[in-house]
Amino acid sequence: MQHRYQLRMGWNEPEKNICFFLYREKQLCQDGALDIQRLGENNKMEHPMAETAASLALDIRGIEKSFGELQVLRGVDLSAKRGDVVSIIGSSGSGKSTFLRCLNLLERPDAGSIRVAGEEVGLRPGKQGLEPTDRRQLRRIRSELGMVFQDFNLWTHFTILQNLIEAPMRVQGLSRAEAIERAEALLDKVGLTDKRDSYPAQLSGGQQQRAAIARALAMEPAALLFDEPTSALDPELVGEVLRVMQLLAEEGCTMIVVTHEMRFAREVSSHVMFFHEGRVEEQGPPEQVFGNPNSERCRQFLSRL
Amino acid sequence: MFDLFGFGHLLLQGTWVTVQLALISLVLGLGFSLLGAAMKLSDFRLLRFAAGVYTTLFRGIPELVVILFIYFGGVVIVNAVARQLGYDRYIDVSAFAAGVAALSLTFGAYGTEILRGAILAVPKGQVEAARACGMTSLTIGWRIVLPQVWRYALPGLGNTFLIILKETALVSVIGLDELMRRTEVAVGYTKQPFTFFLTAALIYLGLTAIVMLVQRKLEQRANRGVIARSAV
Repeated sequence: MQHRYQLRMGWNEPEKNICFFLYREKQLCQDGALDIQRLGENNKMEHPMAETAASLALDIRGIEKSFGELQVLRGVDLSAKRGDVVSIIGSSGSGKSTFLRCLNLLERPDAGSIRVAGEEVGLRPGKQGLEPTDRRQLRRIRSELGMVFQDFNLWTHFTILQNLIEAPMRVQGLSRAEAIERAEALLDKVGLTDKRDSYPAQLSGGQQQRAAIARALAMEPAALLFDEPTSALDPELVGEVLRVMQLLAEEGCTMIVVTHEMRFAREVSSHVMFFHEGRVEEQGPPEQVFGNPNSERCRQFLSRL
Repeated sequence: MFDLFGFGHLLLQGTWVTVQLALISLVLGLGFSLLGAAMKLSDFRLLRFAAGVYTTLFRGIPELVVILFIYFGGVVIVNAVARQLGYDRYIDVSAFAAGVAALSLTFGAYGTEILRGAILAVPKGQVEAARACGMTSLTIGWRIVLPQVWRYALPGLGNTFLIILKETALVSVIGLDELMRRTEVAVGYTKQPFTFFLTAALIYLGLTAIVMLVQRKLEQRANRGVIARSAV
């Protein structure tokens, strides 16, 4: 158990696809022999399709969601390779946030399939949309998808350091010392070392959001989900959060970002999706979506900014 | 100084019984409150219904009636059950036990509603962040929700405990030698009602003052990290 986490420490390595390595190793450790075999098969590339599916950090198909009469999502697909940064843009009410919240089942979709790093999330029809077939699997998947919220949602009764070590200790079973070591490296990374013993309420919004990003990273996830991470911030605090996100992108972390920050979407992301009325109206590399969109609605949306 | 016609030490003994009665009722009552709140917020209709019956009964019946019913009615029930189990000697229910049962069940009924409201008052985002990390419901309840519940629940719980502390005086009617009964006995002997009732009043006032101080300390602790906002 000890070596597993030591190996996984190392955010500052030049390794481009560090998230990918982190994941593979985690799978080896958690799932035991059966998965070693499966990984071995994939490595042999006997089946080219299987290789593609396994190398996708996220593979989402046909997500649908209604709130009562209102259909918010009408069949949305998303696939992200390891190291991809996918920006999701669109006007409010287009279903961006709901879609993101469906990925880790904070919101239950009515239809669709979710595959995280090659592992299909077991879903079956329930009373309110699809429900997980296996709660333990769901918790493991959730621990592999770090989430950053619009309102930070740092735990107010914990200090910043406690916020960072809580989940690694309770969910991944790290010792306190291991968790603190990991947390301190991350606090250094987001520039909050001097705030480790402060409470969230004592921090500015930008500092809180950076701490929240560090909390998500503390689980060493396969991908990070950002739900409008800068929308609750004063304009002058947006930059510091975006800089941290850009740093993560450069390190090859897989990120799905719902955002209104068009400059970030244009400059940092590898793929942009424009949502309109619950559908992906336009998508592609940022140069195409911002420079030469096919969809009239996307053109209008961008011109109004 | 605290001789009081020779009744001083008896009043002190009575005060000690009152304190024990109140504190044991508090601990058990908090247990009932947590249980009741968990039941009220549960997904199972039967549990919600049972908790509803409980709070309706114990918030709707006067404390004095509850005490008398548990003391006199409780004896009947306990003995009937014992006889069914083949135990044929008479079992006596102590006034102390009956008092604790009545007070803690009443505290629990009010506490259930206070905790239910407090649990609902914890911002949803706090729980969502924990779920997104893959925590189990039990961990979320214990580590994330419960520590924050006190912030919302302490004012209400403190209030209710003050009421319960004063209602310990009602247990004197079933002959428990707590402060109130000792006072009445002293008044009967000495014919000094003013002196003794004033003394009892001051002792109750002292006890409630201590409770209020402790409550303030606890609230400060529960609010750590949150009140700081105003300081920044």
